[in-house]
Amino acid sequence: MSDVAITVNKLGKLYRMGERERYHMLRDALTGLFTGPFKWRCNGRQPISNGNVSSATSGSKSEDCDFQSQQHIWALKDVSFEIKRGEVIGIIGCNGAGKSTLLKILSRITEPTEGEARIYGRIGSLLEVGTGFHAELTGRENIYLNGTILGMKKTEIDHKFDEIVSFAEVENFLDTPVKRYSSGMYTRLAFSVAAHLEPEILVVDEVLAVGDAAFQKKCLGKIGEVAKNERTVFFVSHNMGSIAQLCTRVLWIHEGRLRLIGSGPDVIGAYLSFGTKANAFWTNSCRNAGVVGIDIRTARVLDEAGELSGAIPFGQPLRVEIGYEVVTAIRNLAILCRLTNAQGTVLWTSWDTDATDWNGRLRQPARYSSICRVPGGWLRPGRYLLSIGTITNGAVLLDYHENVLAFEISEVGYRLNASRLGVVTPLFEWDIKTA
Amino acid sequence: MRGVSSQFSPIIIRASTGWVSLRLADLWDYRGLLYFLAWRDLKIRYKQTILGVTWVVLQPSFLTLAFSIFFGKLGGIPSDGIPYPAFVLCGLLPWQLFANTLIYSSNSLVANERLIIKVYFPRLVIPLSAAVVALVDFFVTLVVLFAIMTYYGIVPIFTVWTLPGFVLLAVAIALGAGLWFSALNLEYRDVRYTIPFIIQFWFFISPVVYPSSLVSETWRLIYSLNPMAGVIEGFRWALLGKNPVSGSSLAISILAALVLLIGGVYYFRRMERTFADVV
Repeated sequence: MSDVAITVNKLGKLYRMGERERYHMLRDALTGLFTGPFKWRCNGRQPISNGNVSSATSGSKSEDCDFQSQQHIWALKDVSFEIKRGEVIGIIGCNGAGKSTLLKILSRITEPTEGEARIYGRIGSLLEVGTGFHAELTGRENIYLNGTILGMKKTEIDHKFDEIVSFAEVENFLDTPVKRYSSGMYTRLAFSVAAHLEPEILVVDEVLAVGDAAFQKKCLGKIGEVAKNERTVFFVSHNMGSIAQLCTRVLWIHEGRLRLIGSGPDVIGAYLSFGTKANAFWTNSCRNAGVVGIDIRTARVLDEAGELSGAIPFGQPLRVEIGYEVVTAIRNLAILCRLTNAQGTVLWTSWDTDATDWNGRLRQPARYSSICRVPGGWLRPGRYLLSIGTITNGAVLLDYHENVLAFEISEVGYRLNASRLGVVTPLFEWDIKTA
Repeated sequence: MRGVSSQFSPIIIRASTGWVSLRLADLWDYRGLLYFLAWRDLKIRYKQTILGVTWVVLQPSFLTLAFSIFFGKLGGIPSDGIPYPAFVLCGLLPWQLFANTLIYSSNSLVANERLIIKVYFPRLVIPLSAAVVALVDFFVTLVVLFAIMTYYGIVPIFTVWTLPGFVLLAVAIALGAGLWFSALNLEYRDVRYTIPFIIQFWFFISPVVYPSSLVSETWRLIYSLNPMAGVIEGFRWALLGKNPVSGSSLAISILAALVLLIGGVYYFRRMERTFADVV
């Protein structure tokens, strides 16, 4: 019993659609009061508090109310789990899946609509670094202000002041207004204050996306250290590398529901291949064999084991398989494959005749597949696009399908500095000798 | 590290229903934040303005000058036998305390949006810290009052001991109204445009530049329905020792303060649960 940190039971949060964009005007509420008092009552205030849920979901007598109920969306629904003391829990999911809503409920910033969470211990949340930092105030002043906002007592800050300053490496700028800080210094100071908050449960949202690589590493170290002291960490990030590195268990939230909870590699793998599977396979819908005598049918990205995969772990080879049908015999045909990174840079274009003895050979009518083997260990983590085409006589493009395949090189297994320059990060062999 | 005992009583997070508890103990835990938020606002204001703290002193000084010339001299408004500048300043100080508390607290939630959506703390801390800022301003302006009173050789009598009561009353009325406005302001973004008008209107129906004795007996009761009438008259009486405030208008002020404040706190706490969702 005593080793439980958090239990969450059927937690749900109902929002009204589009609510974030819309501020209410008193004017509207007042005119609404006169023109349609009935409507006004149904409109209510959102998010719907506990009492109104039944009327929102089960529908009520007035048509207006039914109309309103369709605009409600469960940002979180039926989420239950239990977290033990000392665990580092990663939360992953697409944008808008409900991760932030969950963190906000656990941090008590917003109330759930249904269900409950029990938290055993002091909770500290870090949904943003530097909350409440004021540009006009000095570093010293901001440490006190931010620390208090995060829930520290003044004596606690006094006690840790030197530690905070040295962790942030801003000793010489303590009495400078933070508006004169570089963004790196600002971030370091902000994280440092937060890192010295010592709650039993720490909730961290994406803060590591900031700062230079060295500092990110320091932050990750700090989070790991926090967990060693029997404290629990909740960690939301889009960076699968740091999730894999830090977390003992991972929670995957999809469309407001808890889709999977389990060990890091399992959940991350499932999540990554879920998100991109659709793009790792492509079927050509146009048929133009009548014109050029050849039809590209399908193309897919396969992992080392030959399985269709949208997420290839860093360092592992992949295959691009292009299926096509030759309708009329054709000589000097080449199948083309082109790789583009997410920034649009063409990394290479390769023909299936480049390194095979098929150059100049006649392809008889039949179904073929050309497989391009791409070695691992040089594509840096990120999203890539593949274009497919056919070429004849060494130059004439018969058919070209741009960016029809997509895959991701995941951060799993990536050990290099994330900010290293270069379009690719090949792992060369080095010889190291003493002179 | 604190909170070891907390494992025995978990924090339970669930939707609150009906009347919520005020959780005033929670507020006490966060008194440090109250102090730092007020400190921040004061610090920033004095850092960003050239005049700094002198601005707070100059404002009532110039207003007193202008009122004395236009209303006192040219307008010939009576001042119950008190030198007009002293008379008007004694009305202006509680009025500004009231108006500033109301303005600061009404805008406080919108001004602190970032905090509301990113960190948990009892939200009441925000308008309360705004009231503290207005109080600090008020204490600074007392310098002007002492200067004027010395100039006219006015020595406060025993009634001056009631002054803190009237200060408290002005803050309570303003904060009560401010709590309503701040929560409304978050929900309905056009509320803020009505506040300057409300304050201006309220100024004219309060006995700041004229004595309430100017209002005829028949209208006096209706006039004193304005809770600030009792506060300002009381303030003058406390400082100058003349024209005691009537019991009925004082009772109205106290009643209004209680109703506004208690109602405001409850309304605020009820709305608090959705603050992070509506900003």
